[in-house]
Amino acid sequence: MNLNLILQLALSGFLLGGVYSLIALGLSLIFGVMRVINFAHGEMMVWGMYVAYTLLLWTGLDPFFSFLVSAVILFLLGYLLQRTVVNQILDFPEAMQVLPLVGMAMVFENSARLIWGPDYISPQSRFALSSHSVGFLTIDTPRLLAFSLAIIFTVLVLLFLKKTDMGKSIRAAADNRLGAFLVGTDVNKIYAICFGIGTACVGTAGGLLVPIMPLSPHIGAPFTLISFIIVILGGMGSLTGAMVGGLIIGVAESVGPELMTNLFQGIGLELEFPQTMKQVVSFFILIVIMILRPQGLFGGKRG
Amino acid sequence: MKRIYLFLVIGFLILLTLPMFLSPYALGIFIMIFFYAYLGQSWNILTGYTGVISLGHSLYVGIGAYTTYLLTLILGLTPWVGMWIGGIAAGLIGLVIGFFGFRFGLRGVYFVLLTISFAEIGRLIFLHLKIFGSFQGLFITPHFSFWNFQFKENTPYYYIALGYVVFSLVLVRFLERSKIGRYIIALREDEDAAESLGVNVFKYKMIAIFISAFMTSLAGAFYTNYLFYLHPGTMMSMAFSIEIILRPIIGGMGTVLGPVIGSFLITPLAEISRSYFAKAGYEGLHLVIYGFLLVAVVLFFPRGVISYIKRGLAPFLGGLK
Repeated sequence: MNLNLILQLALSGFLLGGVYSLIALGLSLIFGVMRVINFAHGEMMVWGMYVAYTLLLWTGLDPFFSFLVSAVILFLLGYLLQRTVVNQILDFPEAMQVLPLVGMAMVFENSARLIWGPDYISPQSRFALSSHSVGFLTIDTPRLLAFSLAIIFTVLVLLFLKKTDMGKSIRAAADNRLGAFLVGTDVNKIYAICFGIGTACVGTAGGLLVPIMPLSPHIGAPFTLISFIIVILGGMGSLTGAMVGGLIIGVAESVGPELMTNLFQGIGLELEFPQTMKQVVSFFILIVIMILRPQGLFGGKRG
Repeated sequence: MKRIYLFLVIGFLILLTLPMFLSPYALGIFIMIFFYAYLGQSWNILTGYTGVISLGHSLYVGIGAYTTYLLTLILGLTPWVGMWIGGIAAGLIGLVIGFFGFRFGLRGVYFVLLTISFAEIGRLIFLHLKIFGSFQGLFITPHFSFWNFQFKENTPYYYIALGYVVFSLVLVRFLERSKIGRYIIALREDEDAAESLGVNVFKYKMIAIFISAFMTSLAGAFYTNYLFYLHPGTMMSMAFSIEIILRPIIGGMGTVLGPVIGSFLITPLAEISRSYFAKAGYEGLHLVIYGFLLVAVVLFFPRGVISYIKRGLAPFLGGLK
């Protein structure tokens, strides 16, 4: 077993995990407040990526700055989606809430394909190929930047929820919808803003991912699934859980395939566990966590 | 006797004679209508009747298709026999998923995620198996004969697909009337109440998922031998699962005729719009429309088209159930 390689993989997975955390934070926030699962989450992230990409194409603005524009546009999209669709399904049985959002996921995915075409694109950021060496490890600059900005954004969202009046209203509406309504909170507006913040998180994450991975309209669905896995691992509605879960899944996906290959060789099997199967590791974690600890690592009671 | 049966028999007789009049292209559309009606019906057994939503039914199609293919390849077994073995394999996988889901009480969204996870794991594993052509997929060289389930013309496929639909209709109608069916419907309406009345909820959910998975996978054998091309990226994807569930939802879940009505409404639209938009350079537009349809149906007609047909035609049909 190559310890050096494992550590290198763990580090790059950890850095990507920071961005995963931000994606999952959005999902967890929406679920925690509205009890709705945004099945279009990853597809909306792809929209965030394309917004940053288009800005890069038109104005040459680096994705590490234009992610803010992605955040704003995705906030508006999320706000509108909540007002038009999500607000109507809040009182539906849980199972029926799934279908309209799956429908919206199809709309986002395929309209992105109509607008930007089906091919993979990997735009070059100014920082794309630079890297730092720390001891025997190398750190990708884009990954490090994406990680730091994602963590900063995450902390800002958490501060917003803790300190501002709007954040307090959001938490009040999450705790008790009727109670918040009775003391004069405009619950519908709060819900729409909250959904907007949730999608702004994925917009940001999308912008930050542009320099790291090639984009195509169809890469959204795996991100939706990964963010579910993270949220369930961390605990539904738990924001700390989303952060920690993101880092865990980031590392597990990166290190898992290599460890599995080593394990196969250790027991004398000539099998390889390719990196393209890394999602199998997360799905496996999901199944185990749902069975053994359905409330997640940081969840309270089962919801 | 209820008049609805008379209407169904007349409809069936018309469908029997159709291949004499239709062009091969139109026949192809009818084949797809039957194919999706059958798949929708299989999904309907689980989700429509027990209320447990599965978004991973493409997994069973894949298992059915690949098992049948593999048995033909290795043992020279005819698909007519292989498909039943594939059905049992898919049913067993369904039982595994059901065991995890129902034994550990995963309800609602959690169960949806469980089915998606299994389907995605299945897709990724099949995508990496060399025997199935890995990322290129698998082209099957046809050897036309009845024994091989491979035909030059569309007409035999038409009758086989029609047979699938009739088989599923009879089975679901029979199930609905049976003791099992009544227990299953009872637990859909109120799981706790059914359990307190002595219905073994776990057992009947397991029966439902087994039948559903078994039937879904039979369509896989048809798919293989009709298209001669297998690729996990299309037939085992979540997009295909959504194709499966769209028709019963639009037609009306938890009804015998809902999936068939849904398929007659949606499949021709889908087939024609797909090729029309693709020709016009708007590939994927039909999926955008699907997405909006799914939203609209759940928001505005959550009980499906069949409830409106029932109301409109009640005087003529005399009790459409």
